[in-house]
Amino acid sequence: MLQTQKDILCEIKDDGLIDYKKAYEIQKRYVQKVQQGHPSIIYVCEHPSVLTLGRSAMAEHILISPEELNERGIEVLPIDRGGDITLHAPGQLVIYPILDLQVFGKDLRAYLCKLEQVAIDLLNCFGIVAHRFDGKTGVWIGRKKIVSIGIGVRRWISYHGLAINVNTDLALFSMIKPCGMDVKMTSMAQIKRGIIDMNEVKKRVISNFCQAFGLTLKESGDDQGKFAVIESRLSERGLCLREGARHAKGCSP
Amino acid sequence: MRRVVLPELGEGIDKATVACWHCNIGDYVRKDDDLLEVVTDKATFNVAAPSEGIVKEILVPEGQEVKVGEVLAVLGTLDVQ
Repeated sequence: MLQTQKDILCEIKDDGLIDYKKAYEIQKRYVQKVQQGHPSIIYVCEHPSVLTLGRSAMAEHILISPEELNERGIEVLPIDRGGDITLHAPGQLVIYPILDLQVFGKDLRAYLCKLEQVAIDLLNCFGIVAHRFDGKTGVWIGRKKIVSIGIGVRRWISYHGLAINVNTDLALFSMIKPCGMDVKMTSMAQIKRGIIDMNEVKKRVISNFCQAFGLTLKESGDDQGKFAVIESRLSERGLCLREGARHAKGCSP
Repeated sequence: MRRVVLPELGEGIDKATVACWHCNIGDYVRKDDDLLEVVTDKATFNVAAPSEGIVKEILVPEGQEVKVGEVLAVLGTLDVQ
């Protein structure tokens, strides 16, 4: 199979540190774009500290008072994703894949499972052995959770996604009962006993993501430099997988 | 009349819970408008209108569990109104 630079399947958007609500509005715009036939988008960012309540969240899973939250400037936002309460904070890499799941089999469980695998593979790249926990979506190291996952789907376009604790201040999780469970959270930095290079994590996870989903990165001005290495690696391998072929222009069998 | 059913959401998922309705009885909806949101363990899913029409019946209240294939709402055709 030959792959050319004309095969536009997936774009990366990296907003660095961005307010949760702003990023949510951006996600919604991206969902509309993908619905209209735009290539898939992998939106990566970090958020200032914020608590988000998924559709299964219960108020008692917030363990500190509204006054304390107010003092610390931490908002609590009910949102339209699956799952319970979670915390976002700087040092946590958030990945929002905006994908047309009709191309990937219209299977929510399979999609969640694939997200878990992307995260497990990412951690493996850093020498960290992680695993699934039966019946508890997410990625774990022993009995500690390192990656939280919750998604939304509209007209089979995915949004929300996964939150990977890279260098997150883990003390912040004492404010909540993460995912409504009595569980300790961990981070890549805690496991490796040192700060992890966030840009390296982004590169690796995007590369893993594209491989797992058979996506080829779109050549785009603002991201071109940052992700050039991944682009060329994917091109060399000539990725034009079954799922991607439907969107590919000029992709020879 | 057009029935709106809970679609297949994937292997091993045979039910979901109605999280919220985005429409009311009597509303005009276009094809693909979001009618309601259902939730499974870690995912929300918006069920879209299969055609344009008027919402005639909403059969499942918020918070109730529904099975795949179960009728959630009924849309009436425009000329019936």
